[in-house]
Amino acid sequence: MIMSFKMALRSIGSNKLRAVLTMLGIIIGVMALVVLVSLVNGATRSVTDQMASLGSNYVQAYCWAYGDKAVTMEELEEWVEEEPLIEALSPEKNASATAKYGSKSQQMQIVGTSPAYYEIKGLQLAAGRFIKSSDLRNNSRVCILGPSAVDVLVGYSDCIGDELSINGLRYTIVGVLGKSQSLMYSGYGENLIYIPFTTMDRQFDTGYGIDSFYATAPEGTAMADAESAVRSYLSERVGTDDWGNENFYVYSMDVMETSTEGVTNILSILLGGIASISLIVGGIGIMNIMLVTVTERTREIGIRKAIGASRGNILRQFLMEAVVLCMMGCAIGIFLSWCILRLANVVVAGTNMITFDLDGGVVLVSVGFCFLIGIIFGLYPANKAAKMKPIDALRYGG
Amino acid sequence: MIDLQDITKVYQIGDEKLYALNHATLHIAPREFVSIIGPSGSGKSTLMNIIGLLDTADAGTYKLDGIPIQNYSERQLARVRNEKIGFIFQNFNLIPKLTAWENVELPLIYRGMRPAERSERVALALERVGLTARARHLPTELSGGQQQRVAIARALVTDPSLLLADEPTGNLDSHTSAEIMGILHELHRQGNTVVLITHDNDIARQAPRSVHILDGRLTEVVL
Repeated sequence: MIMSFKMALRSIGSNKLRAVLTMLGIIIGVMALVVLVSLVNGATRSVTDQMASLGSNYVQAYCWAYGDKAVTMEELEEWVEEEPLIEALSPEKNASATAKYGSKSQQMQIVGTSPAYYEIKGLQLAAGRFIKSSDLRNNSRVCILGPSAVDVLVGYSDCIGDELSINGLRYTIVGVLGKSQSLMYSGYGENLIYIPFTTMDRQFDTGYGIDSFYATAPEGTAMADAESAVRSYLSERVGTDDWGNENFYVYSMDVMETSTEGVTNILSILLGGIASISLIVGGIGIMNIMLVTVTERTREIGIRKAIGASRGNILRQFLMEAVVLCMMGCAIGIFLSWCILRLANVVVAGTNMITFDLDGGVVLVSVGFCFLIGIIFGLYPANKAAKMKPIDALRYGG
Repeated sequence: MIDLQDITKVYQIGDEKLYALNHATLHIAPREFVSIIGPSGSGKSTLMNIIGLLDTADAGTYKLDGIPIQNYSERQLARVRNEKIGFIFQNFNLIPKLTAWENVELPLIYRGMRPAERSERVALALERVGLTARARHLPTELSGGQQQRVAIARALVTDPSLLLADEPTGNLDSHTSAEIMGILHELHRQGNTVVLITHDNDIARQAPRSVHILDGRLTEVVL
């Protein structure tokens, strides 16, 4: 085995130009396969990352329970503490109010929430800070402006520490959100003013409990699990009304995520399939050259047989040569793919977010595929060599 | 040790049948030195190929060391070639990409011998033909006589019971020929069976026994 490996290396080495040209098909095939699939995976990852950073990875819940049955923030926090399928939770209360900054006055949407909201919805601060838990305790009159709210109301972004009034009460601007970096949902949530929900309860009489909240799943667990955890909690906690209708509504963006995943999976399989065809074409090239090699070396085969090489010996020798050719091509192809991906990273570096890595799975697949191609396309020429009659082979060409 | 009985080999050329061997019968005892002499086209190469198990006869029986070779499978034939027969060809038939050492080593590799034992035997065989110094050279870097000595070393290295030499001096000048014949004589003295095929009476005369072949028929001759 080792011996035939050495022989194969030597025989490939004895005609380097031909070996490289033969391998070219495999090299290009492997490069196409690895680069395309890695590019698709890189793009997919950046899309899913964006969805995550956008906070698309949340469950949204509404519940209608008032008076004695109202859901309080305290019990929600207690529940999240014990529920492993939920990472974080944040309430959302909405109101419409007149906001006034300097002489400008404008009807705005006010959102009352907690610090966790920032992470859950994937907001980005342009300056200042978001709501702190001390703001909740102290019912602080602080507010954070969405990017459009800044434009409409203030006109410039350097307004941290300034005051504005909401329905006549004075609030300090402590933070300004940046424009969404995302490809999706641009504009969503940009025209809002965020304040602590406890502060809101006081001013807007919304202290009847939590009727809307967002929750996220811990990393590595499915959104669907988090969704069903929320559903079962609410079904137990607020149940159904007298007519049997649920007193709550839960939904998540998980559906969208899985469908994106489906599309990109199909895309990588499709591109991978096309690239595999070029690998097979490369394999045919190998077979072609191996057939030439066998004919060229007919005499050598005859000599080897005369001194005692069996069919198996000859078969192994030529098969090994084909496989080694394929695997060398494969290795070179993977190396070049790696170079190309590094290059691609440099090119897209300016445009942020997307990074491309050599995908381990596709590397393994291409190595296995090349090995198979070496065997399949090497078998026929090797068998042809092995089947030669020693006397015919010895007489050949001389 | 070689027992050919009514061996016939026919080549069909167009409508004509050409008898390369016509009921050839030949017995060669162990440790014998036999030359087979005949002009080109007389069927002597066919005879050599059949004795060397490179070719099979159309009719007749061939027993090597008492065993009829018709019964052998291809794999067994390869093994017999490897273990019992050493070939020396007119055009040397060395593998050009391998060095002298590697060419000599090759039959031992096919035998599946351990590397340590291999190199011991290769060194010995090269020493016997006086080529130890040129072991690392490629065939193209060696003279004709040296190449033939490498081929002899390759034939010797397996300790075959039969050395088959097909015109071993055909491509060599008279001085080198004498050298090669000297080695063959030496091998015969050491107890090897040698079958020498040639068209040259002077060469054939050096063997104690000569067999003449013409049109596929064998006759014992005294030269």
